[in-house]
Amino acid sequence: METMTIDAKGMHYTPLNKMIREAVASGVREIVINNVLGQRFIANGLRSNVRITITGVCGGDLGMFMSGPECIVRGDCEHAPGNTMDNGTIVIHGSAGDAVAHSMRGGRVFVRGDIGYRGGIHMKQYEQKRPVLAVGGTTHAFLGEYMAGGIIIVLGMGHEVAVKDRGIGSGIHGGEIIIRGDVEDRLLGVGATKVKFSEDDLKRLSPLITEFCEYIEVDPSRFLDTGYTRIIPASSRPFAGKYTWE
Amino acid sequence: MCGIIGVIDRTRARMDGSSIKKALSLMNERGSGEGAGYVAYGIYPDYPDCYAIHVFFDNLVEPKSKVDEVLHKWGRIVHQEEIPTYEQPCLKREHIPWRYFYKPYTEFIVGSNNPAEDIVKHLVMTVNSTIPGALIFSSGINLGVFKAAGWPEDVADFYRIEDYKGYIWLAHNRYPTNTPGWWGGAHPFNLLDWAVVHNGEITSYGTNRRYVESNGYKCTMSTDTEVVAYLFDLLGRRHGLPSEMVVEAMAPPFWDEIDMLPEKEQKLKRTLRLTYGPALMNGPFAIVVATSKGIVGFTDRIKLRPLVVGENGSRLYISSEESAIRVMDPDVKTIYMPRAGEPVIGRFVQ
Repeated sequence: METMTIDAKGMHYTPLNKMIREAVASGVREIVINNVLGQRFIANGLRSNVRITITGVCGGDLGMFMSGPECIVRGDCEHAPGNTMDNGTIVIHGSAGDAVAHSMRGGRVFVRGDIGYRGGIHMKQYEQKRPVLAVGGTTHAFLGEYMAGGIIIVLGMGHEVAVKDRGIGSGIHGGEIIIRGDVEDRLLGVGATKVKFSEDDLKRLSPLITEFCEYIEVDPSRFLDTGYTRIIPASSRPFAGKYTWE
Repeated sequence: MCGIIGVIDRTRARMDGSSIKKALSLMNERGSGEGAGYVAYGIYPDYPDCYAIHVFFDNLVEPKSKVDEVLHKWGRIVHQEEIPTYEQPCLKREHIPWRYFYKPYTEFIVGSNNPAEDIVKHLVMTVNSTIPGALIFSSGINLGVFKAAGWPEDVADFYRIEDYKGYIWLAHNRYPTNTPGWWGGAHPFNLLDWAVVHNGEITSYGTNRRYVESNGYKCTMSTDTEVVAYLFDLLGRRHGLPSEMVVEAMAPPFWDEIDMLPEKEQKLKRTLRLTYGPALMNGPFAIVVATSKGIVGFTDRIKLRPLVVGENGSRLYISSEESAIRVMDPDVKTIYMPRAGEPVIGRFVQ
C-alpha cells in the first residue's frame, strides 16, 4: 500500500487539501500529515477508504461531509470535527472544541479527552445510518442539543462526575445519550428524559464501547457494566405545540 | 465571526508585537480584511505619567487645530507627533494616526475622585461627538491602540507593531456583520485604562447604550463593542467594582443557578443583577478586556462564541482558537476551555 507524508508547517488549508485529494485520486491509501496547526477543513468531502494520520492541532470542521476515510488525530481539534460527516471514523487522541459531530449523519467520532459546548448538536439518523459520538472525558453544556438521531456516549474519564453542565439533550427528539454514572435531573434539557440503562442496553452497546476504548487505547473492561444513565426524547415531537396550536 | 487573542506576562516582562501578529494572522478565516487591531500596555515608558492620546485625523488642518485647541484648554501637551506608519500595498490610508502625550490640569474640576481621568474621558467624548474628522481611539497611560481597516498582517506592518514592547497585548481580526467596517470600528476599543476585543454581537446594545449614555458616555463608533469599554469604565473605574463583579454584572448566572447558592451569596448576586440590569449583555460574545493591572476573558452565559485559555509559566493566553496560542507559544503547557460566563483572570504576581 502506498503511503504519503506531508509536512503541513505553515501551509494554508487549500493546498493541503489539494495534496490530499490528488494523493487519494492517485491511489494512495495511507497519508501522514505532520505539523498541522489550525488548518481548517481537512479531508472535507473526501470519499475514500484512505487512512489519514494527523499530528498537531486541527483547525475547525475536520472531516466535514467526509464519507469513508479514517482520520486519526494525535493532538487536539478546534470546533466541529465531523460536521455533517456521512461515513468513516475520526479519532481524536486529545480534546476538541465546541459543536463536535455537528449535524453528523453517519460514521463515528471518537474523542479521548474532553469536548466543548453543544457536542453532537443536531445529530441525525436514517435507516442503516446511525452516527456515533463517543467521548472519553467530559462535555460542556447542551450536549446533544436538538438531537434527531444517533448515539452519544460519555465516559467521564478523569472526572468525578462525567457531565456537570446543564442543558443535556435540550430539544432532543431522536437518538440517545449514554452518560457514565448518574446525571442530576436539573441538568436535563427541555424535552429530554432519563431512563434506566438496562442489561439489554449493555448487550447492545458493549461492542461499541469496546471498540471506542480500543481506538483510544484504554482498557474497556471497567466500562462494561450497567453504570450508565440513558437519556432519550420525552416524545418524538417535543415542540409540536410551540409555534402552531392544534 | 471574529478572531481574538490576548496575552499577559504576569511578571511584566515585555514582549514585542511580532508573535501576536502571527497568531492573529493564523485566524484570518475569522476576518474579512475590513478591520484588525492591536493594543499593548507598557509601550510608552518614557511618558509614565502622560495620557497617550491616539487620534485618527481626516486631515491635519481643521480637525487637528480644533483638537489642539480643546487639549490646550484642559491641560498640557507634553509631546505630539504623527504615529509612524509604513505604506502597505493592500491597505488604503484613510486617516492620519496621530498621538499626543498629555497631562490634564486636575485643578480645573471639582467633585471628582479622579479629576485627570474624568477630564480625559470628557475630552474623548467631546472630540468624538463634536469635531468632524477627528476620532480619539486610544486614551490611556503607557498604552496604545493600533488599528485600521485591513488584514491583520497589513495592519501590523502598517504600524510596525514589532517595534513596540508591552507586557499585555490584545489583538482582534474583524468580520463586520451588522455595521460597516471602518478604521474607528476596528477593535480594540479603548477608553482610559480599559481596552476591549470582542467576537460576537451584543444584541442588548440598545439597552446598554441607553444606560452608558445616561451616565455621560457618547457612542460614536457605529458598532456594539464600544459599549463594553464604557460599561467597564463605569462599573470598574467609577463604581469601583472588581473585575470579577463587573463580569458578573454583564454575564450573570441564571436565576435558577442563583437559587441554588448559599443565602449570603444569593443576596449579593440578586442585588448585583437588580442594580445592574441595564448592564447585562445579551447575545453571543467572547470578550477579552485589559487594564494596566491585568486581563479578563469571558463569554456569554450559554457559550455561543469560542474561548480557549493557555498557560506557560508567567504567560497567560486567551484566544478564539488553540492554534493561535500555539503559534505564539509552541511550548504552551496547559490548554483549557473555561465555562460559559466564568471569568478567566490574569493578574501580575508581586
